[in-house]
Amino acid sequence: MSDEALPPPGPEHADLGAPQLAGPQVGADEWVARQAQRHEHLPSWLGAGQRAAERAGWWPRLALAAVAGLLLPVLGLGGFQLQVGIDALVIALLAVGLNIVVGSAGMLDLGYVAFFGFGAYGFALLSSAKIGTNGIHLSSVLSIPVVMIATGALGLLVGLPSRRLSGDYLAIVTLFFGEAFVEFTNNVSPGVLGGPNGIVGVDTIHAFGVQVSSNKAYYFLLVIVLVVTMAVLRLLDTSRTGRAWRAVREDPLAAAAMTIPVDRVKLMAFAFGATVAGLAGTIFAAQQISVFPTDFDTPILIIIYAGLILGGAGSIAGAATGALVVMVIYDGLLRSPTDSGYLFYGLILLALIAKLRPWRRLALVLAVTAALGFAAHAIASAIAASWVAGGPQSTGLIADALRDWVIVPANPQTAGNVGFVLLVCLLIALVQLKGGWRTILLVPTLYVASFTWETVLSPNPSVTRQLMIGAILIVMMNARPQGLLGTRRVEVAQ
Amino acid sequence: MSAPGQPVLSLSRLSLAFGGLRALSELDLTVGDREIVSLIGPNGAGKSTVFNVVTGIYEPSGGDVRFAGQSIAGRAPHVIAQLGIARTFQSLRLFMNMSVLENVIAATYGHTGATPPESVLRLPRARREEREARELAADVLSFFGQRLAGYRWDQPAYSLSYANRRRLEIARALATRPTLLLLDEPAAGMNPAETHEVTELIGRLRDERKVAICVIEHDMHVVAGCSDRVVALDHGVKIAEGDFDAVANHPAVVEAYMGRDPEALAESG
Repeated sequence: MSDEALPPPGPEHADLGAPQLAGPQVGADEWVARQAQRHEHLPSWLGAGQRAAERAGWWPRLALAAVAGLLLPVLGLGGFQLQVGIDALVIALLAVGLNIVVGSAGMLDLGYVAFFGFGAYGFALLSSAKIGTNGIHLSSVLSIPVVMIATGALGLLVGLPSRRLSGDYLAIVTLFFGEAFVEFTNNVSPGVLGGPNGIVGVDTIHAFGVQVSSNKAYYFLLVIVLVVTMAVLRLLDTSRTGRAWRAVREDPLAAAAMTIPVDRVKLMAFAFGATVAGLAGTIFAAQQISVFPTDFDTPILIIIYAGLILGGAGSIAGAATGALVVMVIYDGLLRSPTDSGYLFYGLILLALIAKLRPWRRLALVLAVTAALGFAAHAIASAIAASWVAGGPQSTGLIADALRDWVIVPANPQTAGNVGFVLLVCLLIALVQLKGGWRTILLVPTLYVASFTWETVLSPNPSVTRQLMIGAILIVMMNARPQGLLGTRRVEVAQ
Repeated sequence: MSAPGQPVLSLSRLSLAFGGLRALSELDLTVGDREIVSLIGPNGAGKSTVFNVVTGIYEPSGGDVRFAGQSIAGRAPHVIAQLGIARTFQSLRLFMNMSVLENVIAATYGHTGATPPESVLRLPRARREEREARELAADVLSFFGQRLAGYRWDQPAYSLSYANRRRLEIARALATRPTLLLLDEPAAGMNPAETHEVTELIGRLRDERKVAICVIEHDMHVVAGCSDRVVALDHGVKIAEGDFDAVANHPAVVEAYMGRDPEALAESG
């Protein structure tokens, strides 16, 4: 091996007269490591920023993020945006908790959202008129810790199968647990749990005569809770417990042979993850002042996982960032046709700029696409006025820019559905082709993409946002499989 | 620990069956204090199975495993590791996505006790254990000199060369503070120079870390160079035991490796 052949650095070789290198000499190991590190960074100035952030260290970065988060409402975040922020912070808290089980300990837990629901229902029962004649209305200083501990205990219980099950089996068993929770809240003792109508009239968070009631207050509370949770988990992650979780993820058999009690360590991961979910549930219930079974169903689970994967499983900061990004896109931008239009065309442009080299080819593709659009629009309108009677479904600037470019017929729905199928076919063909043919096919693909967006995708945000999150994850998988802030991992077949 | 003269590890009439397959039959084996015992035998002889039974991965179907005077048969792997038996694996089983230093420190888990709250609050016990774990890690990594020197500590284990991965696995095993070290083919996949280094290393491990060693090895240079005693297995049965020359020339061992002498076969019909 080449690193064995190199003389070790140090004073004993000074007599050779060779100039002494400042750093250690580069052997095979070092070269591989540096190469891997180089791939960790984005190109050009983005990478420079990334490196600067890395030099700053973990804690200053967390502090900076906390200050930025707290400043947003002061800078004018309000109304609908504030609600999106609150939802995003709740999901971020959940993602950070799920990261313990999935990212650190490497167990695929698909029932995680049930712990969120358990925490929310627990808080709702302790803080409403549901139990007893007048209800319990426990002070939040007591009810939140009680619910967290109870959720942690439930996590231990649900984690028990993880001692025997792993991989796919554990995933499916926990998924059934999650579904069982939804069915349970829907059907069992409707007098207390309210069935599909849930529990309404839940107290806001209150203690020592202080009420947390405005959305702004919940936003600040959630930023603080998220930052504190991240700090605690970071401290845990760099301790013997965190190392044991990762060792069990990497190789349970070797971990056991190295004195680590694998079963106990797995259960701890489940308990800690559930406790964080329980905490998120209490704040969610108090902020919504109601809980419903559908709040804790599979769609939320998918969003949490999307965030965790996008941000990079295994990284605390990545989990939080990924969840915030996914929720802001999913719940914020993609609900408004204008914002979602900017996002859609912006992402396409970004992808083209990043992937199409040299710039002449990029300019050519854009020019030809523009020309094709105007020509197609002119031909279509010459044949029949109804073919272009629809007009773009986007609003604002985009609509004005595209009015004479994209064909939108009077009945956009049917044409759009056909366009969607065509778009999928074109995308598949695009992936299969190479070189010049791919560039040529890119032009009609871009046009059909815009056509589909303006006819069916933009007017149907509830479907489109699912597709967009999927598309973003596909792009991520190819560009940066370790996620936004994750570190590259190798999979070793044991 | 064990009284003077008493073996560190003793297997008595140890048997293991998977269904109808007898992987080990009535195997007797001892490893004395600071003794180096080599296990040899053709592929499938049951050498790694012995390690797997001793470290608790398999529960024996008969017989007993005694370590430092107490029976450990059927106990959990992590308990056995805490008692002082550490091992390496034939197919490397490092924590590939953890750093070199973390790989070693992770193996101190069983000898530390800080609870999660203590760790989060960085209370005195957590801080002391963390410091001691780091010192121990630096100590066991320094055993390999420049090979696993400081600048490699923060690199992921997957970035190490094959030979260094093997070294790291031994360092990780040492971090469990063993009195008995089980090495499963430490020289597999190494070039002649590295193989020679492994032979010296095994002797140094015994002398400097004061451990008893049981080593499985196919490379006869290593076996000849380091063993106090050699035990040969075939089909789960001990076929020879003694010093290297005696075992290497033992007819049963020659037959196990080479097959029976064709002339002898012809004579026996």
